[in-house]
Amino acid sequence: MTTANQRTHGINLGALQREDKTAPAHELETCIKIENLDLYYSGKQALHGINMEMARKKVTAYIGPSGCGKSTLLRCINRMNDLVDGVTIKGKILLENEDIYDKSVKVADLRRRVGMVFQKPNPFPKSIYENVAYGLRIQGVNDRQLLDEVVEKSLRGAALWDEVKHRLNDNALGMSGGQQQRLVIARAIAIEPEVILLDEPASALDPISTLKIEELINELKDKYTIIIVTHNMQQAARVSDFTAFMYMGELIEFGETSELFTNPTKKQTEDYITGRYG
Amino acid sequence: MDNNKIKQHISRQFNEEMEDIRNKVLAMGGLVEQQVDLATKAFMGYDMENAETVVKQDQLINEFEKDIDHECTEIMARRQPAAFDLRMIISTIKIITDLERIGDEAARIARMTLRLDASEYHQDKYYEIEHLLELVKDMLNGALDAYARTDIDEVVEITEQDFKVDREYTSITRQLITQMMENPRNITRALDMLWTARALERIGDHACNICEHVIYMVKGKDVRHVSREELKKTVKTL
Repeated sequence: MTTANQRTHGINLGALQREDKTAPAHELETCIKIENLDLYYSGKQALHGINMEMARKKVTAYIGPSGCGKSTLLRCINRMNDLVDGVTIKGKILLENEDIYDKSVKVADLRRRVGMVFQKPNPFPKSIYENVAYGLRIQGVNDRQLLDEVVEKSLRGAALWDEVKHRLNDNALGMSGGQQQRLVIARAIAIEPEVILLDEPASALDPISTLKIEELINELKDKYTIIIVTHNMQQAARVSDFTAFMYMGELIEFGETSELFTNPTKKQTEDYITGRYG
Repeated sequence: MDNNKIKQHISRQFNEEMEDIRNKVLAMGGLVEQQVDLATKAFMGYDMENAETVVKQDQLINEFEKDIDHECTEIMARRQPAAFDLRMIISTIKIITDLERIGDEAARIARMTLRLDASEYHQDKYYEIEHLLELVKDMLNGALDAYARTDIDEVVEITEQDFKVDREYTSITRQLITQMMENPRNITRALDMLWTARALERIGDHACNICEHVIYMVKGKDVRHVSREELKKTVKTL
């Protein structure tokens, strides 16, 4: 029987800090810590004793075959699973040392701190401007000058400003898929979250739009902690600093992306990333 | 470990491509071994026919190198290999460079043989050169075997053998210097011998390099540019 401790996949951030002399020390602090997380869908266990620490202002990718629990795990981080009937969660997720499942935590506040972008772009049927301003408007901000500033800053942050600055009042649904996805990212960063969760953000996009999203992820990690779920292993290899490989609800291997893709320690990881029979 | 590692991909086409590369490397390796043997024996036995064959066949080795390189590039572009597959491709590219250089050393011995003057040829046996040849052939064979079997069990022994090769080379050098001092008429032949010994010693070094590439391929550990002791210690921990 594996104990929780043996299953700990926490990367020793302290040790990495000492080894990685090029990275400023503050970049390798823990932002999210998952402790002994079990999740059940109507009594059926979907996540088994997950333990991991994710570094602040770094990109962590979750990879694994369909149904391995990577999206479920991602959705735990901003409590999206609360919306699913019959879900039971045991264990802890600490965001900056605070347990997000604590009774005192307001889910709306949590989701403001932890933004999320889904596989299919889901802009609101409103203008480009209003899509980005939406988060602030529901917080009661109506100061036009402030909104203008935030909209521009967010669209620039999402590498979309130059493409849409002349048509901010056009309906967002008229944009291309790639633009819509970047708009959704702009909407997410408008409220300045700490963490951005990306669930297959580029799987519905063409290769060029995909590259733009990947480039954007690279820029965003200067400011945000990013966690991305992807089926595309090359994408995980390209964009992430750390990669977690999951299989059947368990975290099999978690480590630096460069190491995991060249010399994984577990056979299951190797079989998956090289396309072998498991 | 096993050749199965190559054969286990979900894509059968990928299996075939990797298998093809491996077979070509082994074919190239076999040819290189043959060249080394033939060239050295041609030199020892003043055998012009074999020396010419070696020079001619060197072109085949060069073709192998280009062909395998091309296939490796194609796999990288089309398949984006990872983990063992990636390490195998990278190691293969390096291994064939070493093999090609071994081929060049053999061709160098053969060309030197072709320049020999019949009057310089002595029937005397040079057991040391023969011994050196056996040692490096053994190393090369072991290195290629390790590559074929993706197995590093014996690579430390092979690299240890390089120590013997170096010792033998030093001893040959010393002997040849003595011969040259004893009789200046020996100088030309002694220098030829020295070049041959030198070429064989280099071949031993290339075989060691191949072993290091195989260790990287199998275990993902870069053991280049470390001392023999360190290499031994590292391999033990793998």
